[in-house]
Amino acid sequence: MIEVTGLSKRYGTHLAVKDVSFNIEKGEVIGFLGPNGAGKSTIMNILTGYLSLTQGKVAIDGYDITEYPEDAKRRIGYLPEIPPLYIDMKVREYLNFIYDLKKVKFPKKPHIDEIIRLVKIEDVQNRLIKNLSKGYRQRVGFAQALIGNPDVLILDEPTVGLDPKQIIEIRNLIARLGKNHTIILSSHILSEIQAVCKRVIIINHGQIIADDTPDNLSNKLSQDHSLVARIVCAEQDMLDALKTVKGVKSVTSLGRKEDNSFDFLIEPEAGADIRGEVFKRVAARGRTLLSLTSNKVSLEQIFLRLTEATDNDEARRLLGVAETPQSEKVNIEITDGDTVTVKTENSTEEEK
Amino acid sequence: MCAVFKREFRSYFSTPIGFIVLAVCYFFLGLYFSMIYTFGSPEVSEVIMAMATVIVFTMPVITMRLMSEDRRQKVDQALLTAPVSLTAIVMGKFFAALALLAVAFAPTVIFEIIVLSYVSVNIMSYIYALLGILLLGSALISIGMFISSLTESSVVSAILTLVINILVLYMSSFAGMVNVTWLANILEKAAFINVFDNFGANVFSVSDVVYFVSISAAFLFLCVRSLDKRRWA
Repeated sequence: MIEVTGLSKRYGTHLAVKDVSFNIEKGEVIGFLGPNGAGKSTIMNILTGYLSLTQGKVAIDGYDITEYPEDAKRRIGYLPEIPPLYIDMKVREYLNFIYDLKKVKFPKKPHIDEIIRLVKIEDVQNRLIKNLSKGYRQRVGFAQALIGNPDVLILDEPTVGLDPKQIIEIRNLIARLGKNHTIILSSHILSEIQAVCKRVIIINHGQIIADDTPDNLSNKLSQDHSLVARIVCAEQDMLDALKTVKGVKSVTSLGRKEDNSFDFLIEPEAGADIRGEVFKRVAARGRTLLSLTSNKVSLEQIFLRLTEATDNDEARRLLGVAETPQSEKVNIEITDGDTVTVKTENSTEEEK
Repeated sequence: MCAVFKREFRSYFSTPIGFIVLAVCYFFLGLYFSMIYTFGSPEVSEVIMAMATVIVFTMPVITMRLMSEDRRQKVDQALLTAPVSLTAIVMGKFFAALALLAVAFAPTVIFEIIVLSYVSVNIMSYIYALLGILLLGSALISIGMFISSLTESSVVSAILTLVINILVLYMSSFAGMVNVTWLANILEKAAFINVFDNFGANVFSVSDVVYFVSISAAFLFLCVRSLDKRRWA
């Protein structure tokens, strides 16, 4: 449905998007992840024809966005980061305008009624957009994208600025729409992506650094079994004691936390379960173990790790993260001193 | 194009801009009409000719927000990602502004009827003058739109447009200061006010029409290019 090959975008001398390629099948719901300024919005703006591309090719349902812009754009509903609203118009008036602008063929009133009901803005349909709250504006923006019932929905951070209840509603709406639409969704919030997307593309510095299912990404994280132990003890004493526990790779003190107790970060050797041994050692020394928690790297953390990788050491560590015993091909390109790319390509069984 | 036209035209009246422009135009139309009528010349065309100065000051107000506001509010993302061409968007906005100008001059029809009911005058001179003001207006609108497309601030757009409007309208005043003959000639002949005055002389000249139409077309084209250029920036 969406084919992107070798896409690059240059702003003056700054290369905002570098050689990005991906394919999205009909009906897929894809999450775009990346820190601010990573190039997510730029890629989305190019896909929707708002920005031109410097190099590469973008095709929506087979229509090249530069050669057949009108055919391609007709298949896309776009909700940009800031909803594109005329604040001096009323909600329904604005939706009527978008309907006319998009030259939609469906009967006007029922179509707009249905969308208004779908995004739950019945109450405000006769109010000026300028008087609406951020949440309602976002939903009007959503409604605008849905007009004409396009096959592809491109949503740039659709839940930003909404309250938790609204976030859940929008998320449910996206999940419902995902049944018969192809959706690209961008977000910084991983749990949101995890809730609705079957595939995640992580973008940093204008390049794709990971393209995988959320589950696979989670699996990678759970390879890391490091523990945090809080023990009532003398710091140096316990450090030495823990280092000699079988299966422990390294121990670092995280400092004094409560009265007389210290936190230790214990990293095990690959695959070893050291919880029992750690407990026994602490008990053998006659110390009290207050807590022992698994320092599971959250999705957020791996995202940060991936996106913050800026030097070679970091890349090697990333390689450790990425080289899990899953059937994946991992390419690491070290282009120069400060740019590191980790490309993870999915192998066959995933998605199918 | 129709959707953009409808929206823009309506937006003149959902903000005070449309009402202010109309009020100013109607005030001066009424004033000039009563003055000219009192002093014994029953020609509505003269009322229209006298309106050139008013147009210079009102057109920047009409055009200042046309392109810049979309960009400031990021609504251009909806327009440019909709299946419409840039030309259609620009033309829709242009005709909305032109339509407002036409509404501003609609009362002259009543003036002409009043005059005609008392004396018999040449109706063609009225029609030429009306055509002239609409053509002058469209040239100024297209210039204003182009300037509006260059900035995100409607204030900057309005001020710049006003300055340029005054320059292009009255550039013949500089003709005397220039020693180069051909340049003085251009300033003299190309000044909008001189071309516009020909419409008041009750002589229809195709070249004057072509002049204003081509100025409008050129700046509308530049406006489209300026929108397109932003996509490549």
